[in-house]
Amino acid sequence: MPPQMKRKDYLRWRRLLDFRPFEESCFLCYMSVPAHSSDLPPRLALWHVTKRYPGVVANNDVSLTVKPGEIHAVLGENGAGKSTLMKIIYGAVHADEGHLVWNGQTVHIANPSAARQLGIGMVFQHFQLFETLSVVENIALALEGAFDLKHLAERVSEVSARYGLPLDPQRLVHSLSVGERQRVEIVRCLLQNPQLLILDEPTSVLTPQAVRALFGTLRQLASEGVSILYISHKLHEIQALCDRATVMRDGRVTGEADPRQETAASLASMMIGRELPVCSAPPYHGESSAVLEVRGLDYHNEDPFGASLHGVDLVVNRGEVVGIAGISGNGQAELLAALSGEQLSAPGCVLIGGEPVGHLHAGKRRDKGLAFVPEERLGRGAVPAMTLAQNFLLTSHRKPALRRHGLISRTRAREFAAHCIERFDVRCNGVLSAARSLSGGNLQKFIVGREVLQEPKVMIVAQPTWGVDVGASAFLRQTLLDIARSGVGVLVISEELEELFEICDRIAVLAGGHLSMPVARALTDAEQIGLLMAGPQQQAA
Amino acid sequence: MIEDLIPILATTLAAATPLIFAGLGELVTEKSGVINLGVEGMMLVGAIAGFAAALQWGVAGGILAGALAGALVALPFCFLTLSLGANQPATGLALTISGIGLSAFIGQFYVSQSLPGLQPYAIPLLASIPLIGPVFFAQSAVVYLSYVAFVLVAWMLARTRWGLILRAVGESPEAAHAIGYSVIGIRYAATCFGGAMAGIAGAYLSTVYTPLWVQNMTAGRGWIAVALVVFATWKPSRLMLGAYLFGGMTILQLHAQGLGVELPSQLLAAVPYVATILVLVLISRDRKVLRLNLPASLGKPYISGG
Repeated sequence: MPPQMKRKDYLRWRRLLDFRPFEESCFLCYMSVPAHSSDLPPRLALWHVTKRYPGVVANNDVSLTVKPGEIHAVLGENGAGKSTLMKIIYGAVHADEGHLVWNGQTVHIANPSAARQLGIGMVFQHFQLFETLSVVENIALALEGAFDLKHLAERVSEVSARYGLPLDPQRLVHSLSVGERQRVEIVRCLLQNPQLLILDEPTSVLTPQAVRALFGTLRQLASEGVSILYISHKLHEIQALCDRATVMRDGRVTGEADPRQETAASLASMMIGRELPVCSAPPYHGESSAVLEVRGLDYHNEDPFGASLHGVDLVVNRGEVVGIAGISGNGQAELLAALSGEQLSAPGCVLIGGEPVGHLHAGKRRDKGLAFVPEERLGRGAVPAMTLAQNFLLTSHRKPALRRHGLISRTRAREFAAHCIERFDVRCNGVLSAARSLSGGNLQKFIVGREVLQEPKVMIVAQPTWGVDVGASAFLRQTLLDIARSGVGVLVISEELEELFEICDRIAVLAGGHLSMPVARALTDAEQIGLLMAGPQQQAA
Repeated sequence: MIEDLIPILATTLAAATPLIFAGLGELVTEKSGVINLGVEGMMLVGAIAGFAAALQWGVAGGILAGALAGALVALPFCFLTLSLGANQPATGLALTISGIGLSAFIGQFYVSQSLPGLQPYAIPLLASIPLIGPVFFAQSAVVYLSYVAFVLVAWMLARTRWGLILRAVGESPEAAHAIGYSVIGIRYAATCFGGAMAGIAGAYLSTVYTPLWVQNMTAGRGWIAVALVVFATWKPSRLMLGAYLFGGMTILQLHAQGLGVELPSQLLAAVPYVATILVLVLISRDRKVLRLNLPASLGKPYISGG
């Protein structure tokens, strides 16, 4: 049967041509049984899948096969089309062209529940969990069959013990750590006895120790015959875990490889089309004094699901980059708010250049030399519907250079914005393009550039390269290093450990609202930081 | 002394019954993430439809017609807010206003008519329990129906797959969609259920509580039902408590007026509203309980992607 045809149409077509049954059965045999009977058919094969969105082709003629029991990596940058491809397999998005073959049969996957019935499970990058429901209730929602929470709780405990994924079925999800939440997602998939498990960037929020535990579970599953599709942009993980890799760039497949035979550099060049860029961190020779100090900062969060801060102490000196590692939700948002001035504290809790500013709001702190790049680019870093020139004014309108006769000068704002676009290589249609029309990387370059141009004393940046492509990430990291070496104190809060190890001089960890002592980069490693990230109360997670 | 209390308590239950129906319906609607401020309008439409039907087919037919009419007027609300993504509070207000108008228009043909009402039915054995029996089990059949509705809704929300799906959709429609539930379909069902329950509440008013049609006869009970749901922190048991409190205060202030308390009757009539909200505000101050029960997506339109 021609693969792109539905069975009903095919039979009608056959009747019209009046083929003999003998030939028909042979024809079908040819399509569904592999050439060598010793070979099993691939668990999943995608043929020439294309998916277009307005203005962008997310997947262009993508083909891919996954064998039973294989751990298959799909490697690519943000925006390469990996997630769209996985959504097509999971039935959440439908391909415009091409078809899927599941265990030798051409299938049309109408929706996620059809995918689950075929035996496809998916662990989402952004967990699809319900915070106010318990673990077992969350799992019950995804399962068919009799509704018996007691029995299900027993099965959850059983499966989680078997695969080394400890979970308490009765706990409410909001009280779980990120690692535990991921276990809920995985156990939820495992209870459906999947033949194919898709994991979308599963390690982006895990500590190195938790990543190792996850890999152990995945290897065990693969040895039992479960195929695994592992989506990631982290080269070393793919080399450690996967049997085969399909590399994607700009919606196309750019290569297939055995990641163990490849070097990180060769994989990277398939992924981004050139060598992986590296940052240079020259030593700082200028005068060193504290520009940002945090002393005994406490914050009690009224929101019962939110994090509180407990006695945070921190010093950032001129000329250095200090990194704060940790998994979001451990007080990162609260600390950022207290530093930027969105949340006020006692005057002496936050000092900029030795001056107490804890009681001052965000604008006044900017006057004292603070620059701030928030995590959310659209909505907090920039107003999506405003032009770049207007967005430039949002944080710089207090600067004398932008004023004329006490009023804001639009001409100067445009000049400054144009200068920012040029100096920081922001790809856009000029100063009058709306902020939301820029890609994540370009908008981040603009926001960072806007803050740098205001010549701050201290610069605080949250998740500088989240969702940004490799080229722009390297540029942003280099920019942060350069501005630090020009005598600014830079504080970076990031979930990406590799990034912190690349640019930071000292690294601290924020876990459970407690900030650890910053340690010089040379004196620590990812393993040690990972243990601190897990925190005392979440050591098991 | 205790014997004097029995009629007061028994009438309290009767006065609370419309709030229980409307409140439970709105609770289910809100649990799915939809806030429907049209309860007052749906109650009025249910009241006139119930009254008209009861003239023909008796009280049972009236209650049924009320439920049907309530669900039917909830449908355009669903279409506008769920299918087209219109603003829910504004559309709900429009629903109330049209409900008031529509019921008054139809009601003009029924103004002078009256119904026999429904005689209380004492449940054998249960009614002979001292105090509790005459208060709870010597009521009209519709009051018993409100007990059943409470038990069913509470059980469904806490113990069944349907309740779980409903809570899941209300908390995170995106996640519910991702694991394969039809968010819009579930919200349609929950909102129409809320409409049907509001319709029953209205029909009870016009066919049992005061068996005649008076324009605007719900007198703001629909709004109290909406407020009860919020202050009851979306818990059916607290909703019952609030409804009985409101019913009790209504009856008490009537007695106070009868005894000639030196206060303007308008002020006394406001007492149940103030007292109910005050008590519920006090018990709903626990932020943790609030966060755990509040449907996180309440009032936010969901436009399915992909």
